[in-house]
Parts: sequence; C-alpha cells; structure tokens
Amino acid sequence: MSLAKPNSFRSGPDERGHFGIFGGRFVAETLMPLILDLEKAYADAKADPAFQSEMNGYLKHYVGRPSPLYFAERLTEHLGGAKIYFKREELNHTGSHKVNNVLGQIMVARRMGKKRIIAETGAGQHGVATATLCARFGLECIVYMGAVDVERQQPNVIRMEMLGAKVIPVQSGSRTLKDAMNDALRDWVTNVHNTFYCIGTVAGPHPYPMMVRDFQSVIGVETRAQMQEEEGRLPDSLIACIGGGSNAMGLFHPFLDDPSVEIFGVEAAGHGLTQLHAASIAGGRPGVLHGNRTYLLMDDDGQIQDAHSISAGLDYPGIGPEHSWLHETGRVTYLSATDDEALAAFQLLSRLEGIIPALEPAHAIAKVMELAPKRPKEHLMVVNLSGRGDKDIPQVAEILRGKKK
Amino acid sequence: MTTRIDTRFAALKKQRRSGFITFVMAGDPDPATSLDILKALPKAGADIIEIGMPFTDPMADGPAIQAAGLRALKAGMTLKKTLAMVRGFRKDDNATPLVLMGYYNPIYIYGVDKFLIDAKSAGVDGLIIVDLPPEEDTELCLPAMKAGLNFIRLATPTTDDKRLPAVLSNTSGFVYYVSITGITGSASADSTAVGEAVARIKRHTKLPVCVGFGIRTPEAARAIAEHADGAVVGTALVDALRGSLDSDGRATGGTVDAVAGLAAALAQGVRGAKQAAE
Repeated sequence: MSLAKPNSFRSGPDERGHFGIFGGRFVAETLMPLILDLEKAYADAKADPAFQSEMNGYLKHYVGRPSPLYFAERLTEHLGGAKIYFKREELNHTGSHKVNNVLGQIMVARRMGKKRIIAETGAGQHGVATATLCARFGLECIVYMGAVDVERQQPNVIRMEMLGAKVIPVQSGSRTLKDAMNDALRDWVTNVHNTFYCIGTVAGPHPYPMMVRDFQSVIGVETRAQMQEEEGRLPDSLIACIGGGSNAMGLFHPFLDDPSVEIFGVEAAGHGLTQLHAASIAGGRPGVLHGNRTYLLMDDDGQIQDAHSISAGLDYPGIGPEHSWLHETGRVTYLSATDDEALAAFQLLSRLEGIIPALEPAHAIAKVMELAPKRPKEHLMVVNLSGRGDKDIPQVAEILRGKKK
Repeated sequence: MTTRIDTRFAALKKQRRSGFITFVMAGDPDPATSLDILKALPKAGADIIEIGMPFTDPMADGPAIQAAGLRALKAGMTLKKTLAMVRGFRKDDNATPLVLMGYYNPIYIYGVDKFLIDAKSAGVDGLIIVDLPPEEDTELCLPAMKAGLNFIRLATPTTDDKRLPAVLSNTSGFVYYVSITGITGSASADSTAVGEAVARIKRHTKLPVCVGFGIRTPEAARAIAEHADGAVVGTALVDALRGSLDSDGRATGGTVDAVAGLAAALAQGVRGAKQAAE
C-alpha cells in the first residue's frame, strides 16, 4: 500500500469525521444541524462518568455482559491447527452484538430528549435490538426493512412486532438493507424535529461510524482481558464477518495497535466474486453513499449496484469507512466467503459445537476453516460469533431441502 | 463572473416578477423525449431549468422522483449523456440557465475536475448537490466556483440563524430554500411560513431566494412567488410526465405536451404573482 503508516491506527477519525479519505458528512442540509447536535451530545455523554456507569449497569444486568470467551475444543480438534476461541456475542440479550450499540445510542437519544426512534435493519438483528431497547425505555420505534428481508427473516419481523415496534417493508430499489437505509434517511429528513436515527452499523455520516465503533468496542476490550486471563497473552489473530462491519470493528479496534495480532475481516462473496456478491472491498471502489465515503459496489457511472448475500445482514453494497481505511493502510486483511461456504460452516458449527450460528458469522467461521489448519497449535485465534442462528433456521431448512432434491 | 443565472435574475428584477423554475429528470422516460421536453420548457414559461442527474439512491427524494430516476437509468441514461443533452439544448438556446441537480457519487466517479470542465463547456450554469453540505465544500463547491459554475446551496427550515452564514458563505447564483423538512413531493408549504423564512434568509444575503418542495398547482406557485424570487416545481411535472406514459412506461405522443402544458399553467401562476405584489 502506498499510504504512509500512521503512528496509531486508533486515533481516527479527525474532527471532520475522516479516516484518511474515507468517512465525512455527506448528508442533506436538513440533517446537518441535527448531526452537529448529535456530535456534541455524544461528546458530552462520553465525557460524563454518570453516562458510562449507567451504561455499564445495563450492559451487565440487561444485556448480560461480559459475553464469554469460549474455547471451541471440537472445532479446534477438527481443523487440527490454531486454538480457536469464540467471542460469544450470540449469547447477549436479543441474540447478537447489535444490542451493545443500540443501548448506547438509545441512552444518547434520551439525553437529547428524542422520543421517536427509527432504524434500518437487514437480518432484523439491529431492528430487534432497537425494538427491545425502545420497549425497555418506553420509546416509539419504527424499523425500516427491505421487503425481501421481511420475507426471509420472518422470525425477527414477528419479534419486533411483539416488542411493539412498527416494521415498514421497503419496496424501493433492491428491497434490501441499502433501500431500508434510504427510507430511514427519508423518514429522518421528514421528522427531524423529534426523531433519533439509530444506525445499526459503523457507517453513515460522522459521528455514527465513530460512535457505533465506540459502543461496540466493549467486545474487543473484554476479549483482551479474557484472553489475558485464559492464556496469559494476546491472541495471535482475530476474525469477524463484515456487512457494514460493526461486530468486526468492535472486536478489532482495541487490538489495532498491537502489531503481533493478525486481523481478518470476511465479506460476503454471495454466488462468487465474479457474480452477484456483497464484497465491497474485494469488488468495489471508493464512492459516496449514505453520508460517507467508503468502498462501494457500483457501475462506471457511479450508480450503486445491488448486493447479494444469502445473509440478509451482509447484503449491503458498502462497508464502514474505517474498514476502507484499514484496508488501504494494510492493517486489516479483508477476505470473502461465498453463500455455499457459509452454509457449510453453519452446519459444521451446529454439529461440532452445538452452537447454531447466524448466517453472518458463519462467513467468519468459513474462513476460520481455511486459516486455522495452516496455523500452529499454539496460535490463538478469536472469531466473533456475532449472532445466533434462530432467525435463519426456516431459510436454511428451505435451502437444504432444495439442495437434496 | 456572471453566469446566465445572474443575468436572468437581473432581467426578472427589471420585470419586477418572480422566476419560474422547473425540474425535470434527465433521460426520463428516454433521452430523446427528455431533450424534447427540455426544449419545450422555455416556451412554456420556464425561466430557469433544473435538470436532475439520475441516481440509484436519491435519499432526499420522494417516490415520484425516485421512479423518474430509475426510468431514466433503465433507458440507459448516464452523467455523460446528461451533459450531451445539455449540449443538445444549447444548440438552440443560449439564454435559459441550466442547473444540474442530484447527488455527489456519479460526479465523484466521473472525476470532479473533468466533470467541471465538461459541464462548463456543455453549457451548464450551476449545480445543486443534495448531499454536499458546507462541511464538504472542498469536494466540489470550491472547485466549481473556481471553474465558473454557480454552486447553489439548499437552506431548510432546520438551518437556523447561527448556521445560515456557513450555508451562505460559498454559494452563488441563488439560494434554494427547501420549504419543508421532508423529501420531494411530500407535504405542501405554508406560504406565510415561507414568507417569514425567505425574509430571514434575505437578512443574511443579497442573492435571490427561490423556494421549492411541495409546490404543485398554479395557485400554490403564485402564493410562493409572492414571497420569493423564484418558485421551483419538480414532482408535479414528473407526475404529469408519468401520467402520459403507456402501460410499459414508454413515452407517447402526449408526453411532451403533458409536461409543457402543466409548466405553462404554473408559469401563469408565477406571473400572476407579479400583479398581486404590486
């Protein structure tokens, strides 16, 4: 890479929200005053010990943190290489890492006096987490979800509705996560006076990529301490799946300045990188969408292309801007896993460890299956098991039945 | 630097009337019909024409303009072809100001420097880029002004007095006041509130202030024109166009007239405001 190595990989973004050339605030003027307010409200909250201690209380007693760092003994034996640990984010309340961020944002929203919360969701995990926290704090909750995703993630739609949220199926564009985000932004522009937009990943206009990363960094911070306790040292490698990239950023960020730690992000390669996929870094280039500059899938005219992944949570044609920067600086290596590889990993993990993963982290497991056998037995590898697979069971069952025929 | 926009507003001021600004999507429903519509608009009474640059993900637009952009893209429209359309229009009309309106990504991918050279030489006078607030002025705004193009900024009901100077600092041509918090084609603006907002903006700038979003009828256009230097109509024209298409979404013999006819009625509304104001 041609970029000069920074002194620290953990100092971004700058005051304008840039990670190198990535990030920024590419939004309509209507939203700009609110985004500046949010930036200030978040800075105030961050500096307020009472905010942190209240959040820690909820993280412990409501979310159930810390999540365990679990030695996956049978997977380790099966692969015959690195010693594999799972960071068990799927054991959190609501079943994924998404709740870490939502809790933080809802607490900021409360400080700002906002009573109406909107969110976009792909797999529904962020939508469920948002619906949950809104129920807990008595806030109105509207979730935008692509009509295709409403179809393939029915269990989560039902959960959100049970929690009192209104789920709006989005019919525009490819009717997946990208379009849900467009419609959430349109809602926000319209209802800017009373509405807080709870973005589910490390993307969007500054300060969202930074704020979401900060809230998710609890994953990496805990992992560091837990690994120290288990093994008396740092892990040798980290691996996590990436749609927008919040679970990955949460695990990676506390380790970015430890050069001994190899870091891998896994994008969704869908049907394969030469066909329909959702791997923005492998198959895209820098552009501007949804408030930030980052790697995007697009054509030569700058029109955004539809992504494809078996996993609704990874089915997005972009990636968080900090990941784009970590790619260009070479600090993190970005790989990709196909739908079929993820399905195989989903089944293997269910049978070997008795853990049914969500299809999203199944992509990370797929690359663990490739990387772990090539590493020595003393190599400590941590994979972020970012969500559980309950929501995917009907979809996977249907696919597997189809394959048998 | 004086652009066709500056010249046109100076002329409108002499005529003591407000301007009528039309928005149409480039390439909707196909490039040839779209150029014909463009050519018909000045005759229908458009003082300034905004040309939408189609984009897959127009986050500030309502369903009508979203669909117009997708029709154009489906018909093969690109930014390059939009510029070719501007050149086609300029063959017969060297006076009507043309403003390109849209989102940043297609321009960023085209290449900012190349785009500015090509747009200027094609006959574009100004740019309105929805997702480039003052915080991102170094991207396109400052280079565009250097290249001799007006960079027209959007001010909104959320742009308070504290923020207005920042919004107005690097802007030229005119100020586009978005009369509602919302997306294109949604709510209607209240003309009294609009009048107050325009007066507030005018305390901060000498530039003409035009108002758009939510103006659909000649009456509404007249009411807004009484308070502003220009009234912008987009969604209503796009709806008229869509209403003229056949069941496969293709242009019919009535498409150009459907848009030009509504534009003429709206232009009458705006011109009616002159007498009312005097």
